[in-house]
Amino acid sequence: MSETQPDTLPGRDGTRSLATRVVGTVFVILIIGGVLVAATTWWNGRQAARQAYDQILIGAANDIAESIRLQDGLPLVDLPVSAFQLLAQAPDDRVYYAVRGPDGRFITGVDPETPIFPTGRGLGAVHFFDADLNGEAARFVQVLRPFAERDFSGNVRVVVGQTLSARERMTRDLVFDALLPMIVAGIVLLIFAFVVIRSALQPLEALVDDLSGRDPYDLTPMPTDRLPRELQVMLGAMNRFMHRLDGQVEAMRNLISDTAHQLRTPVAAIRVHAESAMTTPEADGRARALERLSARTRSLGTLLDQLLSRAMVIHRTDSAPRTSVDLREIALDVMERDDHAALAPDAELKLVIGEDPVRVRADGFSLGEAAFNLLANALVHGAQPVSVGVESAGAEAVLWVEDSGAGPADSVRDRLGERFNRSSGSREHSSGIGLSIVTSVAAAFGGRVEMRQTGTGFRVSLILPAEGGRT
Amino acid sequence: MIALLRILLLSLCLLPLRVATQEARTEFGAGTTPFLLRSTTDIAIIRPTLERFADLNPDVRILYEQWGSNDLFDLSRQDCRDGGAPADAILSSAVQHMVWLVNAACAQPYRSALTAGLPASRRWRNELWGVTTEPAVIAYNRQLLSAGDVPRSRFALLDLLREQPDLFRDRIATYDIAASGLGFLFAYSDSLEATTFGALLEGFARVDAVATCCSAEIISGVASGRYLIAYNVLGSYVVNAGERNVGLIYPEDYTLLLSRGYMIPKGAAQAQVAAKLLDFLLTAEAQALLRQAGLVADIDAAETGLAPSARRTIPLSPALLVARDASRQKLLFRFWSDTFQRAELP
Repeated sequence: MSETQPDTLPGRDGTRSLATRVVGTVFVILIIGGVLVAATTWWNGRQAARQAYDQILIGAANDIAESIRLQDGLPLVDLPVSAFQLLAQAPDDRVYYAVRGPDGRFITGVDPETPIFPTGRGLGAVHFFDADLNGEAARFVQVLRPFAERDFSGNVRVVVGQTLSARERMTRDLVFDALLPMIVAGIVLLIFAFVVIRSALQPLEALVDDLSGRDPYDLTPMPTDRLPRELQVMLGAMNRFMHRLDGQVEAMRNLISDTAHQLRTPVAAIRVHAESAMTTPEADGRARALERLSARTRSLGTLLDQLLSRAMVIHRTDSAPRTSVDLREIALDVMERDDHAALAPDAELKLVIGEDPVRVRADGFSLGEAAFNLLANALVHGAQPVSVGVESAGAEAVLWVEDSGAGPADSVRDRLGERFNRSSGSREHSSGIGLSIVTSVAAAFGGRVEMRQTGTGFRVSLILPAEGGRT
Repeated sequence: MIALLRILLLSLCLLPLRVATQEARTEFGAGTTPFLLRSTTDIAIIRPTLERFADLNPDVRILYEQWGSNDLFDLSRQDCRDGGAPADAILSSAVQHMVWLVNAACAQPYRSALTAGLPASRRWRNELWGVTTEPAVIAYNRQLLSAGDVPRSRFALLDLLREQPDLFRDRIATYDIAASGLGFLFAYSDSLEATTFGALLEGFARVDAVATCCSAEIISGVASGRYLIAYNVLGSYVVNAGERNVGLIYPEDYTLLLSRGYMIPKGAAQAQVAAKLLDFLLTAEAQALLRQAGLVADIDAAETGLAPSARRTIPLSPALLVARDASRQKLLFRFWSDTFQRAELP
């Protein structure tokens, strides 16, 4: 786990930061919104200008139409100045006017040589149309003045037009007036968005700083306070993972040091016995030494089995899936194993189990190892007969082993279950590892180990939470 | 072949259209860049100003053509329409013609700090600018009319005509509006002030007032005593005539102020020189020269006693198109000719 240490965190180059992304997106949204609003404003402004100046056009045209009177059977236009004062509302626009009789005959106008006629369909009493006026786009209106006299009848047509510069200026002003506050608001929004996003992402940045500055061997949990809930979930998962990793590394380290510690004394004893066998001249002494050597070697084998078993248990309690296990089956299995026959061939064993299954969620193998070690301890250290029992106590399930002795001395009992309790005075085939396996299993599955003196002997119980029980 | 012949015949027919010619012409400066300026202004009046411009721009040779206002308008309109070579600049007192030309897209725009300084009534579309300030005045013969009798306003003139019709019979003169574009413009502007205009024409009719064509003739008539009073004469001409016994009055009810229109025709070959001349005409120096020539009246001077509210600048705006409207002109002519008898030329 320590071969490579990446000097840069992934994602520093090539990909954009979260803040840049969000601010960029907000900017794009604002731009799109701004363009839409500008287009709408422009359209509305154009409509407003068009309506306003169309009213002026029609007012001027009506003025002129009203000024037409008949004289000697012919229409006569007394062109009113007021019409042009109205048109002068657009002071810099060129104007056009023409009055024509029902037969299209030109009566008067700004220029007889520039005829402009309405285009488009639906020529009603008032008709607006667009056309060019001396090469410049212009807006026109035609109004009709009907006459029904004895000597003259028909519609006199008045066409009034104006170029568009005042309309364009009004549109521009309207759009500018509407857009300026919006542009300011957009900029303020962008700044707000930037500040808000920055402050929202600040915990994340602190996290990033923490992670990038972290020693790869450092498996202590990351602080999760002040973090948003979403990040706490992520970080919680990471912390749990690091915790497990830390536990495994610790367990492995313990295992190795334990194993070395446990093996040192027997190996030293074997060497002493072997040397004494080699140096003892008489055959009797050599035979005794060899016998002791053999016994030590057997005991070493047992020890190795136990160490392996413990390693297995540690590994499994961490990684094997929990299944539903009936403690009675564990007890039966352990009674039927013949390992303990080697320890006490003529042992008197009793099984105390009930009718109903006593279920826990655990790993069957680990439980079997724990039960076996309990039994082995009782056989080796206790007095016969030895009972193995399973019972259910409320929300807890209990697997116990009881021998008929008085139990160990108090000073020993206090240290039971610790890893290095193999005192120099212990008997050679006792390792002290057995009970540490039991405590490990108990801890792994959320239980505990209890030892107490009963009326009939010394009982060691492995107590686990029962499956489905209240905890 | 026939088509060619027809074109030839057509062009022969069209040729006589351009019979109108300038009244006078002269040149200022001896530069290599010819600059054609057409104007209704008398050469003698404008000479000092243009000579000064020629001095300041030695590369320019000003070809100055003096035209009658109606002829100048016809020529300019024809140039604009046919795309012919127009003048480089036009300066006309018949501003209604100038407004018409600008409205018909015959002018080109120009902007500078000096043109922007003009009031709105003396500028239209940045294509037409008013460069002078000339009042329409009442001229009178100082010797024949006692100081007490001099009418200070139109109302006083009306009263005078009513009280002493025999004294003024046949001895009141004004422009013939059919012959003079300027006279028409003044009459039209008066008609917009409606109340006095109708009464004045009736008063003129009662005393057999004379409508005649030209400023010079009217002023010399007043000087010689042929006319006692001339109504609506351009003040600048009175000043320039230099006749000692011709006095002038700015009518106190209102005085029309004309600002000669300057425009640069579209397609002018020397538009830059035209713009330079325009800027020059608006400078304080040129305005002072024009003031000496009488083209910029000192209406602020205490002697005239003209209240600012009585000043009616004829504004350069599309409303002047009404003055050019054929049917409106016809109506005014009819009204006018019903009132006046033609002046018998001597």
